[in-house]
Amino acid sequence: MVFPLCFALFVVGLYCVLAKRNTVKIVIGLAVMEYATNLFFILLGYRKQPRLADVQAPIRVSVANLDDFFFKAVDPLPQALVLTSIVIGVGVTALALALCIRLYQRYGTFDIDEMRRLKG
Amino acid sequence: MIQLLPLFVAIPLGAAFLTALAAFKARRLADVGSALATGALLVLAVITIGRQGVYPVGGFLAPLGITLVLDGFSVLLLLIVNGIGFLATLYSISYMERYTSKYKYFTLFLLMIGGMNGVVITGDVFNLFVFLEIASIASYALVAFGGEHEELEASFKYLVLGSVGSGFILLAIALVYGATGQLNMAGIAMALAGTDKHLLIAFASVLFLAGFSVKAALVPFHPWLPDAHPSAPAPISAMLSGVLIKALGVYALARIIFNVLGATPLFGMIVMGLGVLSMTVGVILAVGQWDFKRLLAYHSISQMGYVVLGIGLGMFILASGGDSVVAGTALLGGILHLANHAAFKSLLFFCAGSVEFRTGTRMLKELGGIQEKMPVTRLTCTVASLSIAGIPPLNGFWSKLIIVIATIQAAFTYPGLLVLTAVTVLVSFVTLVSFLKVLRYVFLGALPDAFRKIKESPFFMGVTIVSLALLCAGMGLLLVPAARGAILDPAIEALKQGLGYGSRVLAGM
Repeated sequence: MVFPLCFALFVVGLYCVLAKRNTVKIVIGLAVMEYATNLFFILLGYRKQPRLADVQAPIRVSVANLDDFFFKAVDPLPQALVLTSIVIGVGVTALALALCIRLYQRYGTFDIDEMRRLKG
Repeated sequence: MIQLLPLFVAIPLGAAFLTALAAFKARRLADVGSALATGALLVLAVITIGRQGVYPVGGFLAPLGITLVLDGFSVLLLLIVNGIGFLATLYSISYMERYTSKYKYFTLFLLMIGGMNGVVITGDVFNLFVFLEIASIASYALVAFGGEHEELEASFKYLVLGSVGSGFILLAIALVYGATGQLNMAGIAMALAGTDKHLLIAFASVLFLAGFSVKAALVPFHPWLPDAHPSAPAPISAMLSGVLIKALGVYALARIIFNVLGATPLFGMIVMGLGVLSMTVGVILAVGQWDFKRLLAYHSISQMGYVVLGIGLGMFILASGGDSVVAGTALLGGILHLANHAAFKSLLFFCAGSVEFRTGTRMLKELGGIQEKMPVTRLTCTVASLSIAGIPPLNGFWSKLIIVIATIQAAFTYPGLLVLTAVTVLVSFVTLVSFLKVLRYVFLGALPDAFRKIKESPFFMGVTIVSLALLCAGMGLLLVPAARGAILDPAIEALKQGLGYGSRVLAGM
């Protein structure tokens, strides 16, 4: 149930990138797409069993009850992936916004319809 | 040897940061350092010929840890990336004098090389995504390096489309992880081998195809390329067109589909369709262009169509259980054309850069008659043009011939494929016409007064274009049995093994 919603969020981001005319809004759309994917990753690591209250962060506290830990802990790998993915996303967003600012300095607008020097 | 594999990523990344630091003290150090780094990478790439192996990063073994995998297909791409990379560095030493802060350029350039090398040798899908983004972000910034209207606009377009492509790829990786619980390519291949196609995997394959097609600029996903390639400085155009769209697009797509997720006949047909579409649409759009570099960019789309057609045909025949020899011929054509295109298209972009460097324009109608002023550029440009148009005995002829032979052989089983033969030959002819136009307008005709005093391109640029022209003339020799056995056959075998990749990598090759 939650996974299709994630996908819907991804499509919302894609729509924003494709339909919006404002460069900053396009960058926001890219960010929405990326966060939808990150959310999907995190949800992949979630586990329903045992009860919600028992689910642990994937940090091992004691060596003694290892089986119990494996049974309760969420999958740590997606969390590590999401950290990496967020860092990459920040890099892309920073570059994109820098380009937006430079484009605004050159063209005096954020509207991509008015940036049409390249054609053909 | 296999212990040296991480150096393919470590050298360019290290050199990138050292270049940025050292340039505060001495500007020349950036030139020398970058040339040394890429030269060392080229030597390493040559050493890898004929070798294969698996390097576990940090000592964690295959299905759990990240592995670096060297096999035939990686070796070929390493040679292309680092060979063209080294020549582009030499060319940049003279060419980039026009720009301020050359060391920033070299920093980004080395980051891009590091990212591409990483994509080519990694054995882990998420790691592939990370390296892909390193190379992509560096290339977005390099396209905008001039900082003028066109460059910024092209870079923004490239960034948006490229990031959407990366988003698809990341989502596909998440789906694959959800379906198999693995991120290691070998692990995924093992988990999927012998099972029926899961619906999630089919969906992930389509997302991968869309994402990598954006990076490879196949036709419905191509609009960024004709803007980004002409706007970048000439050596970067050569790198983008000659190497980046292959390493990030075609290599990654072929690796994921053949060796990780497994090919299906339908998927092979879709890839073939994309190839044919790119070939025809690219060349039709190229004919009407009057901007030298923009024309070359459209021809890149068209030539990538050949590569993808060869690979897609091989995929289709293998997946539908056809003749393995015919599939091998198709793959050979595609892979050889990939290598050849790297040589002649980067040479063409270097020539366009030399012409622009001396004359200050790249509009074909404003140029003319510079054949006596720039004889070396004229000669090399002619070699490259004939090569891309498929005139024997230059390299482009051999790969196109093999692709045509493969389509005819395949047509014995699937008669409909004869259409492909016709299209392949026709596109090649239109390419020839288009390049005769380039040669006519740039080098022949009356010399405009403005160009009376121009000289031949500087030393380093001349060395680069001459060595690439020699490569173009000599790369047909790759088909000689000895060279073919060392470089091309291992690359084809790596693709033909399909999901067997998994068990081989886990066994350490």
